[in-house]
Amino acid sequence: MAVDVATETVERAETTLFRRPRLTYGFWSWITTADHKKIGLMYGYTAFIFFLAGGIEALLLRIQLAGPDGAFLTAAEYNGLFTTHAVTMIFLFVMPISAAFFNYLLPLMIGARDVAFPRMNAVSFWIFLFGGLFIYSSLIFGTSPPPVGGSLPGGAADASALGSIPNSGWFIYAPNSGATYSPGTSVDYAALGLQILGVASLISAVNFIVTILNMRATGMRLLRMPVFVWMTLVVALLLLFSLPIIAIALFMLTFDRQFGTLFFVAEAGGDPILWQHLFWLFGHPEVYILILPAMGIVSETLPVFSKKPLFGYPAVVFAGAAIAFLGFGVWAHHMFSSGIPTVAQAAFGLSTMTIAIPTGIKIFNWLGTVWGGRVRLTTPMLFSLGFVALFVIGGLSGVTHAVVPSDWQQTDTYYIVAHFHYVLFGGALFGLFAGIYYWFPKVWGRMYSEALGKWHFWLMFIGMNLTFGPMHWLGLQGMVRRTWVYPEEAGLGAGNFVVTVGAFIIALGVLVFMINWSYSKRRGRIAPNDPWDARTLEWTIPSPTPEYNFAVEPTVTSLDDFWHLKYDEDEEGRAVRKEKADELVDDLIHTNGHPDHEIHLPAPSYFPFIVGLGIMFIAYGIMYHTRPYGIPMLAAGTLVAIGALVAWGSEPLEEIHDDDHGDGGDAHEDDTEPALNEGDV
Amino acid sequence: MERRERPALRLSRRLPIALLAATLLASCGRVEQPLNSFDSQGPIAERINELFWPVFWGAAVIFVLVQGALLLAVFLFRERKGKERPEPKQVAGNTRLELAWTVVPTIILAAIAVPTISTLFELAECPRGAMEVEVIGHQWWFEFRYPDSGVVTANVMVIPEDTEVCAKMTSDDVLHNFWIPKLAGKRYLVPGQETEQRLYADDPGEYWGHCAEFCGLSHARMRARVVAMTGTDFEAWTANQLLPAVTPAPGSEAERGMEVFLGGTCIGCHIIDGTNNPDPETLTVPAPDLTHFASRGVFAGATLPAQLEPSRADWEAGLRLWLADPPTWKPGSFMPELGLTADEIDALVAYLSTLE
Repeated sequence: MAVDVATETVERAETTLFRRPRLTYGFWSWITTADHKKIGLMYGYTAFIFFLAGGIEALLLRIQLAGPDGAFLTAAEYNGLFTTHAVTMIFLFVMPISAAFFNYLLPLMIGARDVAFPRMNAVSFWIFLFGGLFIYSSLIFGTSPPPVGGSLPGGAADASALGSIPNSGWFIYAPNSGATYSPGTSVDYAALGLQILGVASLISAVNFIVTILNMRATGMRLLRMPVFVWMTLVVALLLLFSLPIIAIALFMLTFDRQFGTLFFVAEAGGDPILWQHLFWLFGHPEVYILILPAMGIVSETLPVFSKKPLFGYPAVVFAGAAIAFLGFGVWAHHMFSSGIPTVAQAAFGLSTMTIAIPTGIKIFNWLGTVWGGRVRLTTPMLFSLGFVALFVIGGLSGVTHAVVPSDWQQTDTYYIVAHFHYVLFGGALFGLFAGIYYWFPKVWGRMYSEALGKWHFWLMFIGMNLTFGPMHWLGLQGMVRRTWVYPEEAGLGAGNFVVTVGAFIIALGVLVFMINWSYSKRRGRIAPNDPWDARTLEWTIPSPTPEYNFAVEPTVTSLDDFWHLKYDEDEEGRAVRKEKADELVDDLIHTNGHPDHEIHLPAPSYFPFIVGLGIMFIAYGIMYHTRPYGIPMLAAGTLVAIGALVAWGSEPLEEIHDDDHGDGGDAHEDDTEPALNEGDV
Repeated sequence: MERRERPALRLSRRLPIALLAATLLASCGRVEQPLNSFDSQGPIAERINELFWPVFWGAAVIFVLVQGALLLAVFLFRERKGKERPEPKQVAGNTRLELAWTVVPTIILAAIAVPTISTLFELAECPRGAMEVEVIGHQWWFEFRYPDSGVVTANVMVIPEDTEVCAKMTSDDVLHNFWIPKLAGKRYLVPGQETEQRLYADDPGEYWGHCAEFCGLSHARMRARVVAMTGTDFEAWTANQLLPAVTPAPGSEAERGMEVFLGGTCIGCHIIDGTNNPDPETLTVPAPDLTHFASRGVFAGATLPAQLEPSRADWEAGLRLWLADPPTWKPGSFMPELGLTADEIDALVAYLSTLE
């Protein structure tokens, strides 16, 4: 097979200190890989496992709330589960599964052979994985005694294991997250764990920005990039600018908890509201970090399944950028009831309203794309249309939050829970599932089952509306957030029961998806190379994707270049398939599947994995620095991480030829811009 | 065969109907909902609803238009088996349309912004001359102090009807949020800061409230009541609250209860004016003043008795449950399990019920 030709390595004299691993299959190939596709898959699978964990957490919460005065969970367990559900879904599922899409698709969509810094790409995955494991290790090692002076039921000294996972809310509001009110380590697991995950995201953000700006195919100007690539760029910039803010806030919190500083301690003159400003100055851009990838995905799928170009491409791109930019100016709408000055409330109310304008532009442009098209209701199209429909609801309820006095009633109730689940579940998750089905044949070379896919969609769509629809009413009827019980007398039992039923219907949908995935990936019908009659470069290569992506570097002359290879327009402007379209496509894909020369690929490396491991132990060391094993752990973690970085720097760039200095991502051996090859990271 | 399938079929038909019925029941408001913000009982909550409903209906119209257009597009332009659609026109955009759907939403938002801002400035700050009540948040109960009269109470805030009330709020520990849905929106209680909340009740009545900001383990058990009274009743209430606690008759069950109170750990935290007056600075943790405990009707963060209209028996049962084991009802509670005997609890209930 072509893959073997391309990756065959030549023995070389051992002249350098370290040799790079060369396995292309088996367990160690995954540990050492620097291939963006393998890393993308690892991101995807890891994120999905966390999605299941977060989903089970949600179901446990819903069992507890199915009726008034529930006794299924204790208060500590409930608080742990609602916090960890949020942390998991945001940081361990939606962000990494978006990273999975970026990783797998970004190089393919811009015609590159890998990302700019392949080993950095690997390190961001490993740091993410160890960060996630670190947070979940609180199940075993975490402690959560009551606030100093308080008592637990039965005189217990500590909460159960489920109650010892992070339990301060994903927002970790001071001063409840301080050492007095949250003694024990459960909050440290959240604070340090999020810090680790931030490092991972920051590294990949830099990587994606450099990749997009430097490694596009010849002729792919910025305004010829697929919208998904644009949204990747926007998300990476958002991460780059927002993560340092939360990093600082988390450092301050960690110092307050570990080393006795007083940033957020009110009795000593600290300011708890400062935490909220820092948190939401990150936290609101974070919302767009979660939704923009899904918006990018449906901006790819809606045109393909409507057989029309995206309506108003530049407007969609600029609206995405505008949302991101405005996203930095609206953070205090999370704090309308916190007692910030009235003028500030007015200003943030107005700035929040302005975000509805670019969001509306996107929705109308998607409608314009579908209108007049030739609409194929495949599973990815259903999920994309579902995305638009549900996101509209989330967008409209979002406008009601900008009406500040209304928000005084809505905030901290289930109305808000309903709103952001319409945006992030109906929005982000539906968009991501659209993408999973759409690119399934690309990744596995097989088709998913359309019947199961439709079952999945309808179960999710109905379940989602049953779960989150009634929450709007429940919230305004007095259902307060983050309460482990509500009294029967509040009259909220019936609505909550419907919500719980809906949650289990969603779970059923996810089960159908898992069956579809695992069956179709092995036994599905063999997929044609261009199953959707698509528009972008990733469909010009064989499926599943060859390890080297493109045998011949693509050249692009327009937006949707691949489409224009296949279609002309008649005088009315209708699409006309070229007579030779099939031939042209087959030729192109055949050429891309058969390289006529050896292609240099990023060499694998052990060190990204080891760096990730070291960083996890640094975090344990900081948390346990007062215990006898803390400092040794910190020292060992630091040594391992720094040692691995030094070794990484000393690694030979290539195992193949003595006269070649290009590292992996070196897709451009004939490139006229050598800037990125030498001294590649 | 067909007979066998029927029950399953019926169930699958019944389930959606049951769900629909439950949803309707939950949303039609026939059930008593003491925390329902739609049921405003004063001008502040009323103004908020007056602002919300037009925005809601406007949003509903936009919802119908957009979802309708989406459904129509799918219906008109979908491919069906045997009915091939012609290749579509390759329309890449339309400047006029795109301008329209940029400008029109901007105008709609501007129309919403005007009443938003005016209502915001109208409601955000207390007017001059409002009656002040200090609200102090504790894990997990609200304390109320009346600077004009010197009354100190907990869990239940008593206000006169038809009167502007300004709650001046702060917290003793973590963030809390004071929410009386039928009277007003929410406002945080922030340690080290003072925030304001306007309250106004049109009529006498009892209005439920809840701490809305996550404040630790027993956030769910931190509720409050606002009781509005006529002016004369309020004056009588104030006068009564200022009296020292009644001393139980010698030899009564209540006197035995007082002895349990004075002989146990209760006095480390709870003040009963005239019976136990320690220096407030020396209290172990802040705890509700019990001088007029029985006048409040509710206790344990206003979560007990749980009934909407509790009987005397409900009240006593709730108090027994609370005294026997506070941390089970309110995990993390600063009132520990005191190891009281059933006899001691009976005596305490008798004593506390005299503290009108």
